[in-house]
Amino acid sequence: MVELGWWGVPIGVLGGAIRVSTPFLFVSLGECITERSGRINLGLEGILVMGAMSGYAVSYTSGNPWLGVLAAGAAGLLLGLLHGLACNLPRVNDIAVGIGLMLFGTGLAFFLGKPYVQPKAPTLPGIPFGAWSDSPQIRAALQVNPLFLIGLALAVGLGWAFRNTRWGLVVRMVGDSSDAARAMGYAVPRVRTLATALGGFLAGVGGSFLSLYYPGSWSEGLSSGQGLMAVALVIFARWNPMQCFYAALLFGGAGALGPALQSVGVTSGYYLFNAAPYVVTLGIMIATCSPRRTLAGAPGELSINR
Amino acid sequence: MASDRSGPWRRAAEALMIPIGALAAAMVVFGIFMAALGQNPLEIYTLIYKGAFASAFSWQNTLSRAAPLVLTALCVALPAQAGLMVIGGEGAVVLGGLVAAIVGHLLSGGAAPAGVKAAMVVAGLAVGAAWIVLAGALRQYRGVNETISSLLLTYVAVALFNHFVEGPLRDPSSLNKPSTAPIGDVNMIGSLPGLDIHWGLGFGVVFCAAMHVLVRYTTYGFALRIVGGNPRAARLAGLPVARLVLTACALGGAAAGLAGAVEVAAVHGSANASLIAGYGYAGIVVAFIARQNPLAIVPVAVLVGGLSASGGMLQRRLDLPDATVLVLQGIAFMLILGSEALYGRLKPFRERAA
Repeated sequence: MVELGWWGVPIGVLGGAIRVSTPFLFVSLGECITERSGRINLGLEGILVMGAMSGYAVSYTSGNPWLGVLAAGAAGLLLGLLHGLACNLPRVNDIAVGIGLMLFGTGLAFFLGKPYVQPKAPTLPGIPFGAWSDSPQIRAALQVNPLFLIGLALAVGLGWAFRNTRWGLVVRMVGDSSDAARAMGYAVPRVRTLATALGGFLAGVGGSFLSLYYPGSWSEGLSSGQGLMAVALVIFARWNPMQCFYAALLFGGAGALGPALQSVGVTSGYYLFNAAPYVVTLGIMIATCSPRRTLAGAPGELSINR
Repeated sequence: MASDRSGPWRRAAEALMIPIGALAAAMVVFGIFMAALGQNPLEIYTLIYKGAFASAFSWQNTLSRAAPLVLTALCVALPAQAGLMVIGGEGAVVLGGLVAAIVGHLLSGGAAPAGVKAAMVVAGLAVGAAWIVLAGALRQYRGVNETISSLLLTYVAVALFNHFVEGPLRDPSSLNKPSTAPIGDVNMIGSLPGLDIHWGLGFGVVFCAAMHVLVRYTTYGFALRIVGGNPRAARLAGLPVARLVLTACALGGAAAGLAGAVEVAAVHGSANASLIAGYGYAGIVVAFIARQNPLAIVPVAVLVGGLSASGGMLQRRLDLPDATVLVLQGIAFMLILGSEALYGRLKPFRERAA
């Protein structure tokens, strides 16, 4: 048994980063697809909560947590589709619909999830990468959920797909110039609807991580705004899937700083550390934005850039 | 020429009938949803009406819930006149309430109650205004999107609030619910004369009426709406765009900060976690249903407040989750937003061919 002392802080941050970042990762990858197609979906918060609830409920009734993950994705897909279709209507504001979807999704999840607050559903297993170590902290930190690895693979794959596939090119073109896409004969609303639905699927999966792995139960206070933060995170990551991965890790690590310091006895400013990811994002936006040009890499059709 | 004169009336009728139609559609959808779950929709609607508007007690509950929403909706609607989409009213509420509680406690020893109350209101107004101006200034001078920055600032505000309420400013005697030191009963803002509803509603209605006059009938409001309609044209016309945008943010933020201060000074008596109740987010809903019109905010807020007031009734009588009204609210909000697409398309409201 080795005493880690202050080394517990970076270990705790690393473990926390891996644990806390997974929902951020999925939600931000989903939002990345949606925003690349030229839409913003602020409703991912509602989708996340709905995914967490349906994932937990299906895992409980079926006994298989992976079925729960799929169900969470399916629920997210449906809500994403709703957002996509609503925003296809003329004069309908995507940010407002997003807030509507956030309320609708969380309300529906709280309503339908009431019977599942008490029971214990089977949760996802972790892969013990830290089995070689005697130190419980290191073991805990390296207990990695498969969803994290799937998310990493997804980030790599998505980055490649945006650059190298016809599908990725079409999504990017629709997001950068709907006129060009229309001239090429692509149905802009359909591409955006599909991109939003796909984004919803990923956000739903991210939600299932919350209820099926960490913290690993369903309650109404489960999400602390990860879905809303995704929008900022994608901007932070400049609409690049691989950078979404790093940004999610950074957000997760920053969020884990408070608890990690608390574990070695530094308790003052616990809540201030919670604000770290938001302050960092705001700082980076202030440093890199300019009133004279839009952000580098920003999709041209995105309402927040016009 | 007769058709020209009926134009404004036709538009007013359209602006009234489309949201009402969407609301009716939402009730039908929600009714089908509840019926599918084996509930009687008519019974639910009766209970919602009873819980929200049937008795003096339910009216009081409804109006107290509507009061903060009126003010937080202004935090969305005023910047919206200048074309800004601010969704961070929650941050202004939380910090306005926190600073009002601090000011109230500091002054509670010596100053006269009237002075303490006034100081708390002013503190809430000032802090809320400063917080939202921050988002407006970032947009104006650094090009940072105000929707995102106001959202980020909300999280920062909540973290600051938690830090102070659970740390340096925590009243040691508040054991199970960390709070700041109480402002004292004599310094609480009382009820409207003859009613059992606190002053927040009065502030909200006056604020809305004043903002309606400001936006509709003053040069300032006209300039503001030009900035909102076409910022480039406004700049070319020589309007002080930055000043207009920032004052709109300040007024909106002041309204939200006031909401926080009133919640502290009239309801809770100190700043604690009850202040983080999502008033800012609910205000966004109210503002959008009211189509950013300050006068329409008041009835919409009463409606939304009534809906949330009836949640308890459904829980007690039918053993339904208290989130039931959230589902209805969500469906209604989605349909009302979707109904935006109908403007100018329905035959009875169209201008007759000139």
